[in-house]
Amino acid sequence: MNLAPPPLPSDDKRWKIVNGTMRRHGFARHALIETLHTVQSSFGFLDDVAIRFVAQSLHVPLSQAFGVATFYNHFSLKPAGKHTCTICLGTACYIKGADRLMAEAEKRLKIKAGHTTPDGNISLMTARCVGACGRAPVILEDSELLGLVEPGVMLEQLERWAAHD
Amino acid sequence: MTSEELLQIAEEANADREASDFEVNVCVALGCLSQHSDKLKDTLTAEAAAASPRTGKRCHVRGTGCMGLCAAGPLVRVGSAADAGAQTLYAGVREGDVKALIESLGGKPVERLTAHLDQYFRGQIPIVLENSGYIDPEKIDEYIGRDGYQALIKALTEMSPQTVIEQISKSGLRGRGGGGYPTGLKWSTVAKAVGAQKYVICNADEGDPGAFMDRSVLESDPQRVIEGMAIAGYAVGASKGYIYVRAEYPLAVTRMTSSLRDARRRGLLGNNICGTTFAFDIEIRLGAGAFVCGEETALIASIEGLRGQPRPRPPYPAVSGLWGSPTLINNVETFANVAPIIRKGAEWYASIGTEKSKGTKVFALTGKITNTGLVEIPMGMPLREIIFGIGGGVPNGRKFKAVQTGGPSGGCIPEEHLDLPISYEALIDVGSMMGSGGMIVMDDTSCMVNVARFFMEFCMTESCGKCIPCRAGTAQMYQLLTKICDGKASHADLDLLIDLCDVVKNTSLCGLGMTAPNPVLSTLRYFKHEYMEHIDHQHCRAGVCACGSKPLSELSQAEVPA
Amino acid sequence: MSAPVDVKTLVIDGVNVSGSAGQTVLEVARENNISIPTLCHLDGLSEVGACRMCLVEVKNSPKLFPSCVLKVEEGMEVTTASDRLKHYRQTILELFFAERNHICSVCVANGHCELQSTAQSQGLTHVRLPYRNPKLDVDASHERFVLDHNRCILCTRCVRVCAEIEGAHVWDIMGRGIDSMLIADLHQPWGESSCTRCGKCVQVCPTGALSEKSKFGAEHPKHPEFLPYLNMMREGQ
Ligand SMILES: Cc1cc2nc3c(=O)[nH]c(=O)nc-3n(C[C@H](O)[C@H](O)[C@H](O)COP(=O)(O)O)c2cc1C
Ligand code: FES
Ligand code: FES
Repeated sequence: MNLAPPPLPSDDKRWKIVNGTMRRHGFARHALIETLHTVQSSFGFLDDVAIRFVAQSLHVPLSQAFGVATFYNHFSLKPAGKHTCTICLGTACYIKGADRLMAEAEKRLKIKAGHTTPDGNISLMTARCVGACGRAPVILEDSELLGLVEPGVMLEQLERWAAHD
Repeated sequence: MTSEELLQIAEEANADREASDFEVNVCVALGCLSQHSDKLKDTLTAEAAAASPRTGKRCHVRGTGCMGLCAAGPLVRVGSAADAGAQTLYAGVREGDVKALIESLGGKPVERLTAHLDQYFRGQIPIVLENSGYIDPEKIDEYIGRDGYQALIKALTEMSPQTVIEQISKSGLRGRGGGGYPTGLKWSTVAKAVGAQKYVICNADEGDPGAFMDRSVLESDPQRVIEGMAIAGYAVGASKGYIYVRAEYPLAVTRMTSSLRDARRRGLLGNNICGTTFAFDIEIRLGAGAFVCGEETALIASIEGLRGQPRPRPPYPAVSGLWGSPTLINNVETFANVAPIIRKGAEWYASIGTEKSKGTKVFALTGKITNTGLVEIPMGMPLREIIFGIGGGVPNGRKFKAVQTGGPSGGCIPEEHLDLPISYEALIDVGSMMGSGGMIVMDDTSCMVNVARFFMEFCMTESCGKCIPCRAGTAQMYQLLTKICDGKASHADLDLLIDLCDVVKNTSLCGLGMTAPNPVLSTLRYFKHEYMEHIDHQHCRAGVCACGSKPLSELSQAEVPA
Repeated sequence: MSAPVDVKTLVIDGVNVSGSAGQTVLEVARENNISIPTLCHLDGLSEVGACRMCLVEVKNSPKLFPSCVLKVEEGMEVTTASDRLKHYRQTILELFFAERNHICSVCVANGHCELQSTAQSQGLTHVRLPYRNPKLDVDASHERFVLDHNRCILCTRCVRVCAEIEGAHVWDIMGRGIDSMLIADLHQPWGESSCTRCGKCVQVCPTGALSEKSKFGAEHPKHPEFLPYLNMMREGQ
């Protein structure tokens, strides 16, 4: 086994941030999830290059790293759209009609939850409770939280995003 | 830090507080923050500063944690700084109200903004939430000003680890993460376990979708959790702690990170805490979106950087946990109860609650209910009082149908059991469970088969996939429930569903699979007629399901379900 | 005379037996010719307790325990066969059959499959559950072996033998729940992975998921029993 750390995949500065996380944890194997978090937040998604780099740096088998990356919902292997509409489908939101919001959003965007419009503009995602159940139903427009959402309000935002293409 | 130094900080903090004539507390926890209460706070600060020279009064504007009633936000509590108990709570405060609000200080409250919520607070006993909404969660000194860290110092300087555990045992505190395991017993098992290194883990994964007690505690009173963990570390002989927080709670993570730093700076974490030989420090680990990671062995796997899959127990984490070392895992709310118990004594705590369920429990009251938000009630309070008293009942003139507790592991409790006094045992007796504290009220617009299907879908997508009954069993049950909702199922399908419930419950590897059938079993127990209506008449009385809701009047009289 | 402290006596199916501390109920049962069905267990590999076939009843506990991980204890009373256990085992087997696409007559492992033989020994005669029949890939990119996901029961024996014995850790599981899938390296074709071509995974696979190319049915016996010897040899070194 090659024990020397692999070179950074490119001179993109973000790899230095990723490397920093691993260094802070002494390149220990158990830093895998923490490091994948750094990749996810720096790059927005995990591709093969990133997983391979992290796995080799931490001496984690490739298949194990891939297994971890695909186990957790928070990590995505594909880049998200320019905007993300996240609809909470936790129990409190569901009882307050989040399924209707989802149906409306799917109809408007012509995509299923978990997908991105073909033009790469809007991703439609689901969450399992963001902890704002007191204001259910809740959606996240990019990272801004909106409570007591009526379908109309959500659709207006989707229109605005679509128009700003 | 000694207890004298601590008292001095507390005195300074309180003197600081009372140096102002008035205070304006603005909730900046997630619920109100989503209504831009941070900007509101800035406006209030500017307005108060502008008014000060004119009135000659000093007014302190503070950002606080959750005040409970999230749906009525943004919430602001104002009044005399010397008497926090007599302050006025305002709901739905907007930028435009700021002037009137500041002007009213010292005079009559602004009537149109006043939240008339006596009913909401009646019967609540804040212990876990006692500081929530009263202190700035980012200021450790404000926590110390409200008796913070006295318990830790008392434990370290006046009590042996053994006495600490005895106090916790005597208090009758049980795990607030769902199972209700006696906390003192767990602590003493870890204390007795042999191992050079031991760990304390705080389970802040809060996976129950529809519950936010733990988030609120982490955001509103983070030092409380740190103090509880440190006391636990002392009691069981651990020097290292982890807080496992779900990634969906970024604000809680930020607050916790800065709070840990403050505690270290004050010498309340690190080496030689309070001049003793006790050393303890805490690190944060982020979850990554997996409900099953709330299960303790899966959580440990996740901290170790692996797929969050549970493993068979025994051995229990208390004996062999993180990296094979004895590990204490408790829930956020469990840890939040520790400091008050040590400070005020086990007898005081045990005097609250029922015979077997002591103290208070925080619930997240949501769904079809007038007052949604957080409530902390003594164990033993009847469900009816929580829902129709504190919660204000079902809005829009609709009829109460069921209350769901225990999340995806729990069940739906119908009207006939509403007089049930809340306790771990009583909830299990009626086919639900305490769970972490989600309490979701449903009215007659909810279809109970559909609700069972919703939870089954949740369990199916959250199953880790390791053991076959949970992996394939939840998928099969989900298909059967869909068939029933669609009005395409036969009686044989229902029998098969009931059989699968039994098999999955008894053969699954971890709690997720073992409890996944509960929502089906409890709705079958109380709402079997709704299942039969879907199967025999393709009828959904709530009008939710795809089979439609042929109005009952169109069914021939003989067909009308009882 | 000093009694050896680490001997535990217990009762399995009414028979008095003894084992040493640290042994599992499964090991002790098998030493005493009491058979308990297993799928994910394999002598020589670590235990995962995932297939639930080996569940047994323990007196005074409402819970069932996987005997492959349950350690023997003094005075324990274990039941390995009852109507209840039989029903659970049969239903679990049904769940396996219906999860993917197990049609024995057209499977390379027909006659040498542990899922098939376990179903027979447990008296399973038909499957009540609808087959899910997901459309899954067959990976034939390897020059010697084939991976057919349709026949995989996710027992992870291949994952463990590759990681624990061969030391290569080529295999792992991706995704979760019903979407879990066996992968090589970064979800690559097997033929393009870092596979050492040792073939151990094929030998330990209980079904037709991993097979040798060009062998079929009767030509395709597997020899999972090589592991304990291998381990013994290693320890002897
Ligand atoms: C599927 C599953 C999910 C769980 N999720 C949580 C959770 O989100 N938070 C929590 O504190 N406990 C959760 N638990 C319970 C924990 O396994 C554990 O019992 C608890 O953290 C112990 O703390 P306590 O004794 O203070 O309750 C979960 C259990 C299961 C089986
Ligand atoms: S259920 Fe949607 S925020 Fe909790
Ligand atoms: S052999 Fe014990 S669970 Fe599979």
